[in-house]
Amino acid sequence: MLAQNRSTPFLWGFRLYVAVFFVFLASPLIAAGAFAFNDSLFPALPWQGFTLDWFFNDTEPKLGMFHDRRLLRGLYYSFVIAVTVSALSVFVGTTNAFLFVRGRFPAKNFFYIVMVIPLVIPGVILGISILVLASDTANYLENNLDLELEFLRPGIFLVVLGQFSFITTITSLVITARLKKFDETMEEAALNLGASRARVLRTITLPFLRPAMIAAGIVAFLVSFENFNTTLFLVGSEAPLTITMYDRMAKVGSTPVLNAVSFFLMVGSGLLALLSILVQRDKSSR
Amino acid sequence: MLRFPGGGLMLQKDFRRLAMILLFAPFALWIALLVVLPHIGMIRLSLREKVAPRVYEFGFANYLDFINEPIYWNTLLRTGSMSLLVTALALLIGFPIAYYIAKLASNRTRGALFLICLIPLWVSDLIRAFGWILLLRETGVISSFLQWAGIVNQPIEFLYNDVTVIIGLVYTVMLFMIVPLVSTLDGMDNSMIEAGYNLGGNGFTVLRRIIVPYAMPGIVSGCIVVFMLTAGSYLTPILLGGKNSSWFTEQIYNQFITRFNWEAGAAFGILLLLFTSTVIWLGLKLSGQTLANTVAKS
Repeated sequence: MLAQNRSTPFLWGFRLYVAVFFVFLASPLIAAGAFAFNDSLFPALPWQGFTLDWFFNDTEPKLGMFHDRRLLRGLYYSFVIAVTVSALSVFVGTTNAFLFVRGRFPAKNFFYIVMVIPLVIPGVILGISILVLASDTANYLENNLDLELEFLRPGIFLVVLGQFSFITTITSLVITARLKKFDETMEEAALNLGASRARVLRTITLPFLRPAMIAAGIVAFLVSFENFNTTLFLVGSEAPLTITMYDRMAKVGSTPVLNAVSFFLMVGSGLLALLSILVQRDKSSR
Repeated sequence: MLRFPGGGLMLQKDFRRLAMILLFAPFALWIALLVVLPHIGMIRLSLREKVAPRVYEFGFANYLDFINEPIYWNTLLRTGSMSLLVTALALLIGFPIAYYIAKLASNRTRGALFLICLIPLWVSDLIRAFGWILLLRETGVISSFLQWAGIVNQPIEFLYNDVTVIIGLVYTVMLFMIVPLVSTLDGMDNSMIEAGYNLGGNGFTVLRRIIVPYAMPGIVSGCIVVFMLTAGSYLTPILLGGKNSSWFTEQIYNQFITRFNWEAGAAFGILLLLFTSTVIWLGLKLSGQTLANTVAKS
């Protein structure tokens, strides 16, 4: 804490500001979560009493989220996409970390900037540019070689590519930061003791990187799960959860089942975020 | 393992080169196939003009359309100026919070406050916008509360105006401003601030001459990410601003999905990219920072 010769009223005013700010942060989340438990057909006041129907009830009009086929399918697609994206982006993030921390090659700083650029391109643009390239390629192959490649049309494959294109920057930055802290003399010691390079990588370097890789994987999973902008343009018939929810909000109007999904997602991502922090904290004690 | 003096060295050199190529391959594939080629494809598409059904020629018609139709460039200017306003507001609101977390809070509360700050980061844009809708709409929580308290006697619609869009956007991007600010302020030595006070500076001079210059990389990094996210956002303006929110990404979506005019949509995409890149470049030049010591710093 910073010792300053400041009047207490000033500090109390500051504290009040911080408190108001946190109310501002929390209020829409509380509103989105709390109405999941309101026994009403609309997510609005007045409070009609507590219910879990919006999670577990299996009949219309109060169809709970765990019985709503379309929402569950969206959840499933989101999960598949997020797992694939995080596995791919952690792999490439790790190779990028080795490339930029250990590698010596011309124009390294330039390539490092290139690596960061996907993060400052608006998501909508990444989405449409990948859509354009994939469609051009698919059309060209269809017209000239009579080859119909279904995976180049909007669908899960393109959604994975679109999300991977910028999430890899995030995983690369996280894993690079960790690899920079690695003491290379540990590797040299193992090599001097006769271990092969593969073994050194497997028993010393990768275990050191593991917390960062897990944390990067969790971040990638969450960013992929909640992504909307890039996904919107690449989505086919297998819509992930955010798209399904958006459709329902825009077309059908909102019922508290959307609040139930929101609550479920908030708890899920909260737990995952906590896990990633615990994993990261582990490294400092080791 | 047998090692020949000369041969071992050769082997090791070859091994290093092979390893470098193997490491470079995923990076090159990722950047070439998913970033560079798609953007080249988009530029190419945007430079095609339709002369007859299914007949295209090279030309700037899509860009000329943009210039000749005031609705289009007005939307881009509106998106740009509102994004700058959102960035400035996020900085003004977020800086004291970041300062409090990094410098004034006790060690125990600091971690907790930072964590609370991060929680909304992990909730999707959609849910955050949904929460605002539930609070602000005509039948929403705030309107109901005001009626219940007897301050107003009929429902008030807070949604579908520019102020709401700005509040929603500031809320959405706030954490991307606070996180880089906290990490730069955290690295600042407290004695620098104390020295400023001891030399007779008042709160404002210390802030202007010591704290802000020190925090500049964090400020610029936060502003770049926030500006880019705001200008490229789609959900918040549409959901909180309604059908007539006139956000530029909505124009892109309309051209691509509703009108199926991909050529114009691609041109709009390029224009948005050029516009945001120019603003970011100007910001970096004016503040004397580089991309490498702001956003790229992990």
